[in-house]
Amino acid sequence: MTTQSIAFSPRRVAAMVLRYWYLLRSSWARLIDLVYWPTVQMLMWGFLQLYIGENASFFARASGIFIGAVLLWDILFRGQLGFALSFLEEMYARNLGNLMMSPLRPTEFIAAMMIMSLVRLAIGMVPVSLLAIAFFGFNLYSLGLALAAFFANLILTSWAVGIFVSGLVLRNGLGAETFAWSIMFLFLPLTCVYYPVAVLPPFLQYVAWALAPTYVFEGMRALLIDHVFRVDLMWQAFALNVVFMAAAIVAYLRLVDSARRQGSLLAPGE
Amino acid sequence: MTQNNPAIAVDQLVKVYKTATAVDGISFALEAGSITGLLGGNGAGKTTTIATIMGLVIPTSGRVSVLGVDMARNRHRALHRMNFESPYVEMPMRLTIRQNLTVFGMLYGCDDVPGRIATLAEELELTDLLDRPTGKLSAGQKTRVSLAKSLINEPEVLLLDEPTASLDPDTADWVRGRLERYRAERGATVLLASHNMGEVERLCERVIIMKKGRIEDDDTPQHLLARYGRHTLEEVFLDVARGRGEARQAAQ
Repeated sequence: MTTQSIAFSPRRVAAMVLRYWYLLRSSWARLIDLVYWPTVQMLMWGFLQLYIGENASFFARASGIFIGAVLLWDILFRGQLGFALSFLEEMYARNLGNLMMSPLRPTEFIAAMMIMSLVRLAIGMVPVSLLAIAFFGFNLYSLGLALAAFFANLILTSWAVGIFVSGLVLRNGLGAETFAWSIMFLFLPLTCVYYPVAVLPPFLQYVAWALAPTYVFEGMRALLIDHVFRVDLMWQAFALNVVFMAAAIVAYLRLVDSARRQGSLLAPGE
Repeated sequence: MTQNNPAIAVDQLVKVYKTATAVDGISFALEAGSITGLLGGNGAGKTTTIATIMGLVIPTSGRVSVLGVDMARNRHRALHRMNFESPYVEMPMRLTIRQNLTVFGMLYGCDDVPGRIATLAEELELTDLLDRPTGKLSAGQKTRVSLAKSLINEPEVLLLDEPTASLDPDTADWVRGRLERYRAERGATVLLASHNMGEVERLCERVIIMKKGRIEDDDTPQHLLARYGRHTLEEVFLDVARGRGEARQAAQ
């Protein structure tokens, strides 16, 4: 016997989270991959900062801006990747057909992938942030409320991009998979992760200020260099994220609709 | 439900992919509790027809309804009452059978997921395999798991796309027996796409033969055999596929 809600169902979201949890739990390679790159990145930027800090007074004064930037960047990058990877796992497993023919609704699928991106981030970033304390004395958690605001804004952007990329893969098959891995790198120079917006040429500064993570990285520098938490920047980032998120969900639903018209849900392939 | 209120109703269905017409104005209605075979060669339009019935494909024109629900617009009102099985859609390989069935049991809103899994495992002889990864099963075992998934919600409408493809004769016969039993016990409506004419002859009380996106014939197996003057459905299928059907019927 079944009791079925045709509205949004938390139980179906839980089913999908469980599906990805079972997968993660069964694969040590997947678990190690979550920690490996963030650790390498953190160590590389941390040692670079140590070296520069010993030779330049600005960096000595602003200790932690590189390592803070790389940790926040990883939240953005890994958040999006964690979202998209859950989706790609269905393509690799050729299980998408089963899901698309089940009562799972697109919004429930998205919610499950959001939760899994948080789970993957926690598995990857918590150990790395602890290593940053051990190796470089940089305590990300000492940012307190600011860290919560930074995290919320970065994860919202990562989800918006992840939703859009998943729609592209659904519509165009695994040929669009490369976007899942690479699209966020476009944000790396434009959102000014490691340098202030003022460094960019004027026309690119307009582009940078149209992207929510830029406000977060500027906010981080304001906090670490000037010891000021710029609440205004966080609200501006949040407003942009609301727009991005709404646009991504609309795009995803339209791409699903397009896939149904083109018949690409039948055999999502290359 | 009667023929006036069928379990599945396909009305003037047309599906065009860019310039290729996959389905060209077909209509049929399946009575509740019936089992129907959908036959046709490669590219005949069977898969597109089944996908449209599931709401995976939006028709270019025409209408498909399942249990009274328009599948192009409101498929989520019907999906929990139907299910699907195909050897071409796989279950996640790293998950055990129990894990896979748990996930799908929850997705389909089963009230007692562990109980339902235990019942299905016993019926489909999967009990000893429940904690084995799905990827480590034989083809026959995977088909049984896929069948268990398709029955997890006790569907009123069951769509099967070549359910016994690549199975040895013994396992295929066993699967057919299970499907017959499920249909008899639950009164489910079954639509079966298959290239196995013996299977269709054994299971189906009605056969729809498609060719180039159109329905070439639609009748009971007995009437088809009589009209074409053949002994097996395979011979009837070959007559239709090679365009000999009309000539033979005229000669009869």
